[in-house]
Amino acid sequence: MNRQIEIRQAYGDALIKLGEQNPRVVVIDADVGSSAKSGGFDAKFPERHYNVGISEVDMNAMAAGMASCGLIPFTNTFSVFMLLRGGDPVNSLICYDRLNVKLAGTFCGLSDSFDGASHHSTSDLALLRALPNLTVLCPCDAVETEKAVFAAAALEGPVYLRLSRAAAPAIFEREYPFRIGKSVRLRQGSQLSIIATGTIVHQALAAAELLEAEGISARVVDMHTVKPLDAEEVLSCACETGAIVTVEEHSIYGGLGGAVAEVLAADTPIPMEFVGLTQYAESGDYPALLAKYGLDAGGIAAKARAVLAHKSG
Amino acid sequence: MNITQAKTAELEALCQGMRRELIDLLYERQTGHPGGSLSCCEILVTLYFHTMRIDPEHPDSPGRDRLILSKGHAAPMLYLCLAHRGFFPVEELATLRKIDSRLQGHPCAHKTPGVDLSTGPLGLGLSAGVGMAESARLTGSDYDVYVVLGDGEIQEGAVWEAAMTANKLKTGNLIAILDDNGVQLDGTVEEIMPAGSAAQKFEAFGWHTLTADGHSIEDLAAVFEQAKACRSGPVLIDARTVKGKGVPFMEGRSIWHGRPISAEDYTLAKQALGGAQ
Ligand SMILES: Cc1ncc(C[n+]2csc(CCOP(=O)(O)OP(=O)(O)O)c2C)c(N)n1
Ligand SMILES: [Mg+2]
Repeated sequence: MNRQIEIRQAYGDALIKLGEQNPRVVVIDADVGSSAKSGGFDAKFPERHYNVGISEVDMNAMAAGMASCGLIPFTNTFSVFMLLRGGDPVNSLICYDRLNVKLAGTFCGLSDSFDGASHHSTSDLALLRALPNLTVLCPCDAVETEKAVFAAAALEGPVYLRLSRAAAPAIFEREYPFRIGKSVRLRQGSQLSIIATGTIVHQALAAAELLEAEGISARVVDMHTVKPLDAEEVLSCACETGAIVTVEEHSIYGGLGGAVAEVLAADTPIPMEFVGLTQYAESGDYPALLAKYGLDAGGIAAKARAVLAHKSG
Repeated sequence: MNITQAKTAELEALCQGMRRELIDLLYERQTGHPGGSLSCCEILVTLYFHTMRIDPEHPDSPGRDRLILSKGHAAPMLYLCLAHRGFFPVEELATLRKIDSRLQGHPCAHKTPGVDLSTGPLGLGLSAGVGMAESARLTGSDYDVYVVLGDGEIQEGAVWEAAMTANKLKTGNLIAILDDNGVQLDGTVEEIMPAGSAAQKFEAFGWHTLTADGHSIEDLAAVFEQAKACRSGPVLIDARTVKGKGVPFMEGRSIWHGRPISAEDYTLAKQALGGAQ
């Protein structure tokens, strides 16, 4: 594969570009700016960068105040703390009043692998999905990350950016026309569809390769917008391939899999399998963790075989 | 219990050895937090090897003193203490942060013998400590509860909620130790959140406060005795420390909060810490 680019670096660089174009953009850190790469904004725009220390509730509530006065604040912390610690103002101020705050939760899923379960973020999508008025974006590579940052700023209203700590190989070219709510078919296939979100899309593509070697044709969809979900594409997958596997670095409860299942249950119930977590994970090397918890290409391919058996059975 | 000169010398040597082991471990693993681990070395060693009433054979004994490492990222130093104190084999330290290990990146109470509370997300330890301390009263037990806080960590509002509750309940068996190293993750505390004296704030919240040289076993042991003797309410010990203590190029520098150690830096660090290479 081609060069790996860190999602967090792409995010930090995009913020600076955005800051150059839009003077209303301000960046707020909570003492993890050097990890999240949002802190780089300070060198360029010190007057529009704030570090409020280790106080996530304060950060998000302060952003709400700024947004109510016409600014576009980007708040930054680890995904696991953005809602679980800093969540009350996200619900009661930002989403309720539809304030123009962009919440960047970095180190999503298991990507902060060595720090352990206390630093893994595997329940955020479930919380985020239940918050009205919120848009949720989860990019899979560096180009998509930059596009997501700009799209988030252009959208009036609250947006959550779910970002990985990991580096990911490039999938998209610069010209890629990213649109919020419009998923991307990365690979054609006829027997089943694999719908994935975030950098784990790469594992989904690798799984499709494994399956192809066995004569199984799998479609792969990059569902970069988890909310609002691209229901049209989900239904196309259901009608055209008849089986779906969802893939997310998250609990299988309440995340992408749940969202897809809700669409199918209301319209076209078909066999479905869920790739994701059902328990707390642990510290360890990132690829090793993905493998142990069934989130790597092999784990996804196994679920694909299972869904096919169900489909034909 | 006063500490003897011989015991002090023994624990000082232990600290120096643990610093070397810490650097070996984090270098080998290329992940983990050197700065904040080095700064709380003497605090943890004095507590685990002198002050606290604990029994490694019975890590869950109901009457034991409790310790909450609220700044959970210093887990490697906690594990070094627990291993050398006999809670689990020293050889197990080599599994730190590896898959299937009992030694998680941040302290995990349900996996590691001797860990009293899972920590990592900052700002929760003091509240849990108030709960543990108050439980002693309700269950008729006489244990003490120690909570080690970071000086960046106390920016979390929840810490001050706990400070108020402890004052209201007058939890005389609660001792908080502030690892006052002046540095957090993105920079110095002065740069990130210049908030003045933490000890004065705790005092304003109704706490007794004491000060210690956080790298002097003798001083810490004496101050812990004073704190234990004070039963009328919670005590905060402002332990003056240096982040990265013992490794000159790490001292006082926020970049060494969580940075992987390179081969060159490893050699320099080991030279600074002396002992067999
Ligand atoms: C709620 C929460 N926010 C952010 C972090 C990330 N984080 C880990 S350590 C740290 C800095 C801690 O500084 P300090 O409390 O001074 O600890 P020390 O200097 O002793 O390492 C930060 C921001 C966290 N673990 N928990
Ligand atoms: Mg500090």
